[in-house]
Amino acid sequence: MDLRYTPSEEAFRAELRSWLAAAVPALGPKPSSLDWQGRRRYDTAWQRTLYDAGYAGIDWPTEGGGRGASPVEQLIYLEELERAHAPYVGVNFVGLLHAGPTVIVEGTPEQRARFLPPILRGEEVWCQGFSEPGAGSDLASLRTRAVRDGDDYVVSGQKIWTSHAEVADFCELLVRTGSEDSRHRGISWLILPMDSPGIEFRPLRTIAGSTEFGELFLDEVRVPVANRVGEENDGWRVTMTTLSFERGTAFVGEALQSMELLRAYRDLAGRTGAWEDGEIRRRVGHLGAELDALWALARRNVSQAARTGVPGIGGSVFKLALSELRQRLAELGTDLAGPAALAWDDLPGFRTDGTYATAGAAEPAGPGGPPDPERTAGGDGIVGDGPVGNGVVVGTWVHSFSRTIAAGTSQIQRNIIAERILGLPKS
Amino acid sequence: MDFELSEDELALAEGMRRLCAGRFPLEKVRAVEGEAVVLDAAGWSELADAGVFGLRLPEADGGLGLPTATAAVVFEELGRALVPGPVLASHLAAGLVPGAADGTVVVGAVRPRPAPGRPWQPGASNAVAPVVLEHLGALGALVVVDEDRIGVVDPAAVGDALKVQRPLDPLTPLWCVDSLPEGDTVGGAAEAARWRRDARVLGGALLVGLAAATVELAVSYAKDREQFGRPIGSFQAVKHLCADMLVRAEVARAAVHAAAVTVDQPDVGDADRAAAGAALLAGEAAVANGRTCIQVHGGMGFTWEIPAHLYLMRARVLAASLDGAGPLAELVAERF
Repeated sequence: MDLRYTPSEEAFRAELRSWLAAAVPALGPKPSSLDWQGRRRYDTAWQRTLYDAGYAGIDWPTEGGGRGASPVEQLIYLEELERAHAPYVGVNFVGLLHAGPTVIVEGTPEQRARFLPPILRGEEVWCQGFSEPGAGSDLASLRTRAVRDGDDYVVSGQKIWTSHAEVADFCELLVRTGSEDSRHRGISWLILPMDSPGIEFRPLRTIAGSTEFGELFLDEVRVPVANRVGEENDGWRVTMTTLSFERGTAFVGEALQSMELLRAYRDLAGRTGAWEDGEIRRRVGHLGAELDALWALARRNVSQAARTGVPGIGGSVFKLALSELRQRLAELGTDLAGPAALAWDDLPGFRTDGTYATAGAAEPAGPGGPPDPERTAGGDGIVGDGPVGNGVVVGTWVHSFSRTIAAGTSQIQRNIIAERILGLPKS
Repeated sequence: MDFELSEDELALAEGMRRLCAGRFPLEKVRAVEGEAVVLDAAGWSELADAGVFGLRLPEADGGLGLPTATAAVVFEELGRALVPGPVLASHLAAGLVPGAADGTVVVGAVRPRPAPGRPWQPGASNAVAPVVLEHLGALGALVVVDEDRIGVVDPAAVGDALKVQRPLDPLTPLWCVDSLPEGDTVGGAAEAARWRRDARVLGGALLVGLAAATVELAVSYAKDREQFGRPIGSFQAVKHLCADMLVRAEVARAAVHAAAVTVDQPDVGDADRAAAGAALLAGEAAVANGRTCIQVHGGMGFTWEIPAHLYLMRARVLAASLDGAGPLAELVAERF
């Protein structure tokens, strides 16, 4: 066991750190989280910046146009981006972390040439059409139908939880090409151009009041057969290939961000006097110990991936532990904020960033500048350079409830751990 | 950076597991439940021969000169096998107490807390409040780890020790004494701090071993035991208990290993923070897993026959020797 980085890993870190030190401050102001076009512009511009510097597709193999970084370098990359408060992957998430890697492994040469470079350059945005109203945790029961008609599939059905659909150019779509009861054996993976006729998108309002995802209605949408990735009815395997492409670094950024958030909450406790309370200190210390342990577990998972070339099953352990922890961390924030946590926006006299000294003060007493849009829109744990505001405390708390649902609920993670790691019989 | 166990570390773990299976099979360990001396002299010297006590002692001093990370791997196996006796104290005493490293002297330890309202005496033993001593009847030396001093006491010089009739862990006999002699000073504040830190790391490793053993025990029962015509491990209610046990054990193991490596490689982090966090999580994992292991076994789990309780009770005894959850959490909070 060795936690020291090699000289070449250290060199990678130093180069990245000095590049970020120049690139991040040069970024323009962040758009409001409700401004989807603005978010697309901001996120894709950052992607282009990464591309120009040779950091696009850090985890993609060089054959796919990526950097081909080792798992350890990927970890360093995430660590340094977090440290520099660089933007998150944002609207590029599906393209960079899911659809792109799928096309790399399963796509034809033509598909790779057509679809990969625009993802890396931040020119095209992807969304995901996997889940359906009747197919959530049980994805293999999906019913969106694709019927072959000449050189096209004619696709009808409904998808849900589709993120970034408003601004997406393509959708990675799972459809039923086999018989109704074919389950895993009758699914195909299609590239759906989002400007095709017959697509309707209806945003869903989340409990955070935002529209981060929605429903996609497909009414006889024609998708060229040439847009199928992998063989017909082989889409389940195609999807699973991609899931195993991920090499132990999923959710690592979130763990690092949580560490920073915990420090911000500790500072908040210092400002409010709550730090005098031993119970609060013990909660901070416990969360700190858990985050340290998860950071250790992340390094273990990455080391395993580096040795074996495939990610260990440890990802489920990490995801489960982190998402459950995140809810307790978020709860700590609201406990510390007191009455300020009763509103998304600032209550005079109760602002958690301490810029209002007394109730009724008209103007912030703190440093000027434009208000952070995340403050009122409800940032999800995104700690800026200043003290945390109400929007972060409340936004982190509300969003924390999605953590144990998205990307496999905690209950599904426990099933995976019990069946695939512990070898317990199927339910 | 490669945080996986090395080939050598894996081989050592395997070797220790074999040694424990041969020398400390559960039925043999359990044969001395409740006795005043639970150590097996031959077993102790075999542990010494395997290098358990002199593992981190420099080669020049007769030890193996191996890193703390290696010791963590070894101690996890000792915990898993419920090896009785003050293995941790004897290991930490190597280099401080002659005979500890080669197993000729069995060394116990106590971390006394000063009596309420009594001022702290710097540089002296503050063990005047009643203290609980483990394995006193088997000890050749007793180490007293005070805040700023390490003293060594001759167990024969310990006055009227009251033998505890029913210790919680039937494999950790206890004595109660009102005070301890000063003993000979063998270390100052730095040595005492190092002892506390390393005890947290390697005590954490013992606890991880207990936590991991209970996962295996619970899972194997859940696979075999049938109700409603199916193995109970096929029911999600049981399955999820087992999954949570594994998560606790794996998270704690990563924490203990990281703390051990940080002790060996101080540049990679804050060893004191890592050690406190590791002991905190390992203690919680072992206790919670012990409890859950009993639950998974149903009524059988509440019987003396099923060893689930032995892991839980050992976890309580060990966790109690490592400062307690509150102070450990506060230590992490101060340094986070």
